[in-house]
Amino acid sequence: MSALTVTSAGTWTLDPVHSAIGFELPYLAGTFRGQFKDVDARLTDESLIGSARVASVDVKDENLAAHLQSPEFFDAERHPQLRFESRELDRDGGQLTVRGDLTIRGVTRPVELSGTISEPITDGYGRERVGVKLETTVDRTEFGVNWNPPLPNGEPSLANEVKLVAELYFVKEA
Amino acid sequence: MKILGISGSLRRDSYNTKLLRTAGELLPAFVELEVWDGLKETPPYDEDDDVQPAPPAVVALREAIAEADAVLFATPEYNSSVPGQLKNALDWVSRPLATNALRNKPVLVVGASAGAFGAVWSQAELRKILGATGARVVDADVAVGHAPTKFDEHGTLADEELRDQLAEAVETLLAETPARHLALAV
Repeated sequence: MSALTVTSAGTWTLDPVHSAIGFELPYLAGTFRGQFKDVDARLTDESLIGSARVASVDVKDENLAAHLQSPEFFDAERHPQLRFESRELDRDGGQLTVRGDLTIRGVTRPVELSGTISEPITDGYGRERVGVKLETTVDRTEFGVNWNPPLPNGEPSLANEVKLVAELYFVKEA
Repeated sequence: MKILGISGSLRRDSYNTKLLRTAGELLPAFVELEVWDGLKETPPYDEDDDVQPAPPAVVALREAIAEADAVLFATPEYNSSVPGQLKNALDWVSRPLATNALRNKPVLVVGASAGAFGAVWSQAELRKILGATGARVVDADVAVGHAPTKFDEHGTLADEELRDQLAEAVETLLAETPARHLALAV
């Protein structure tokens, strides 16, 4: 393990407009994707903490969004937030591995996220920015997200393995 | 605290309505059971009629569900499934899906039938329907098979084992209500 050195020490806050935290999983003959519009994250040399508001789930149908927030899926009423908190960051050049705890539906489990981190750039307003892309695959049933009506042939309609994808753009706090 | 009881059977001497009334006797003193008697008046669902204002029987049912802390369903089984009038009423209540009165509402499904199995297939289908509406379907069940032999002359569920199951299932329902959660949080 090596300590993460993004650039100089400091705290980086999320640019929520240009960031995305989403999920994708095999559904019937294709892939079903969605993302959360209301997300937050914070990066330091030692930690990455992120969250997404379940009620902000964004899919292409309002009834589907309502179903995803219901007790059959994320149960937004009881568990309004998805949350990740790192225990360990490991950077090797542009590669980033983050181990930590992911909480979905009130169930917290260890996960390992892997991906990339960019070199810092300075934007037009003189602020430093850095981009982080991370993903992992989890078994949604381990978090109690079990909905899966069988197809007429008895096969499940929805996969249990879900890819979680985070594209996070951070701005260094002044 | 109030529980709304909805019987899937319209029959005057319905075992499922009797099952609801027995559940009412088993409730703690601070919980009131209202047995819904307007199911027969619910018109057939037609999207052309699903406009403001909704038919009065639909408005009344939606309001009764919204005002209840939880809903207890007792269903018979017709052709291995839920009686049409109950499904029809739920189709009305479920719309619009994102804001419907059953959303996040704790619900318990029990059932009685004259046959041996106590409407278990109908109960399973009703749980599926309620889950799709966004209701919080509690993990408990009571299946009263051979119903004509299980109720006494006053219409009360007389089988001790089934009464215990019903009391336990209702307690599970109460435990899921927001009011109970607030009480526990204090």
